[in-house]
Amino acid sequence: MTPSATLSPTREPSTLHAKGRRARDPLPGFRLALGATLLWLGLTVVLPLTALAVRPWQEGASAMLAALNDGRMFAALRVSFQSAVLAAILDLPLGLILAWALVRTRLPGRRMIDALIDLPFAIPTAVTGITLATLYSPQGWLGAPLSRLGISVAYSVTGIVAALMFVGLPFIVRSVEPVLRDLPPELEEAATLLGARPWQIVARVLTPALLPALISGFGLAFARGIGEYGSVIFIAGNQPFRSEIAPLLVVVRLQEFDYAGATSIAFILLVASSACLAAVAMLRRRAARGLVAEGAA
Amino acid sequence: MNALASSSPDSARRSPAEIALIAAAYAIVGLMLVLPPVLVFTEALRSGLGAALASITDPDALSAIKLTLEMTVAAVVINTSFGVLAGWLLAKYRFPGRGVLVALIEIPISVSPVVAGLVWLLLFGTQGWWGEALNRVGITIAFATPGILLATLFVTFPFVTRTLLPLMEQQGRDAEEAATLLGASFWRILWGVTLPEARWALLSGVLLTTARAMGEFGAVSVVSGHIPGLTETMPLHIETLYNGYQSVAAFSMAALLAIMATATVGMRSLFEARIRREEPRKAETAGGGA
Repeated sequence: MTPSATLSPTREPSTLHAKGRRARDPLPGFRLALGATLLWLGLTVVLPLTALAVRPWQEGASAMLAALNDGRMFAALRVSFQSAVLAAILDLPLGLILAWALVRTRLPGRRMIDALIDLPFAIPTAVTGITLATLYSPQGWLGAPLSRLGISVAYSVTGIVAALMFVGLPFIVRSVEPVLRDLPPELEEAATLLGARPWQIVARVLTPALLPALISGFGLAFARGIGEYGSVIFIAGNQPFRSEIAPLLVVVRLQEFDYAGATSIAFILLVASSACLAAVAMLRRRAARGLVAEGAA
Repeated sequence: MNALASSSPDSARRSPAEIALIAAAYAIVGLMLVLPPVLVFTEALRSGLGAALASITDPDALSAIKLTLEMTVAAVVINTSFGVLAGWLLAKYRFPGRGVLVALIEIPISVSPVVAGLVWLLLFGTQGWWGEALNRVGITIAFATPGILLATLFVTFPFVTRTLLPLMEQQGRDAEEAATLLGASFWRILWGVTLPEARWALLSGVLLTTARAMGEFGAVSVVSGHIPGLTETMPLHIETLYNGYQSVAAFSMAALLAIMATATVGMRSLFEARIRREEPRKAETAGGGA
């Protein structure tokens, strides 16, 4: 407990003391590692998040209520949540198909596809943002043919959903893939032999077994989607009340020096995505305990 | 992994449904994952290689590249050093409050990049708690490089610990305890016993940190102030160029940044097999309960 013990933790578990101190940990470095971790965690994470939690109340409860009573904020939160939900839902079948193609077939270029799936993880969001905005713009490679069909993607909520689908796709694939790999293909073969049609195999055999993985992929994609900024703002159009996402409104409020407004939106975003990720973690723990088919390996 | 996958496909008896699914898979990959990178390079080279190179050697572009590299190196060094110690702490000891620390380390992953920038303005911005006081003694953090570094540290915070922790836990602590009995110091055990067996996982965490630090946009954008040549990193410079209708320059910079980030992440796949081979030291005994 003396300061010198902190400075020289190596001397603590010397052979002389080892027997008498069996109750204490013989491995050195506990205090040093604990001190370093607390310092690092405290300064880079706990301190700024404390500011986030305390700051909205600083100007009194009435200021906080005024900040919350803001139609533009609710509109932005609605755009963010709806787009994130929609993008994650649309990603589910796409991700399922890709995971199936990776696990159950030996397509030419499978390794290439495997690498490409992580692309949205690897590409910096600003690059994704300007690329998708150009791709889906009315003159873009995908935007031009779509606009001839009467679908305009860029500079609207549709564009937000398209960007979030790109960002969220790998979460679905990478959640489903390992579970599908552990699922014996004989299950599908047996269903085929018993006369099941392909859609029946998907609905009755695959979906129930993959449901926890699909939900957890959905949750990860959604949590990422509500906070996503860089890949969305270039394609979004950013019209208040219509195509303005919540993270952008945080930036707008900061530029107006409205810290209370910015902080209340930030706080809602933080709580929503942490709750979503906590739910996913819980689901995964249950899955790991063998409540679903994941323990087959 | 190939044993399972290869048992089912028999290309001889593919049903129409399977063929449709395979076509769908190729279409998804082509439209969603191949087109975007192809577009980046097409747009960058629209006016020729010379124009692309000229735009990334422009003084503002060079200063953005330099700032990005500096911030990345600083963030990687700081977060790796502390991340290793945190990994050691959380893997080798059981103590009250450990779960709280694990949860806290994970938080930055769920935080929107914009929020990761905002929190630093709440502390060091002009209206922040300490911004004005520090300004009076001549220290500027917000809208300057220290703010950019803090934002980058926050968003890259968990990666090293997250990749190290599962492996270090599987290692157990027998080898470390043996080294202790032989009189090795903490640093020697860490350098000589624990880390060599976890070196690929450590490298993987470092590479993830690097890629994310280079590419971070939202958090840095909030704290940077966007001063070209001074506080603009590569992603911010891309935004400035794009909004200024300098498409070729924006996409040239984007291509460079995308190459840097994907090469960094891609390097992990080169030694992924070795990461898996690192694990078995304790896997047989630990895996028995699963």
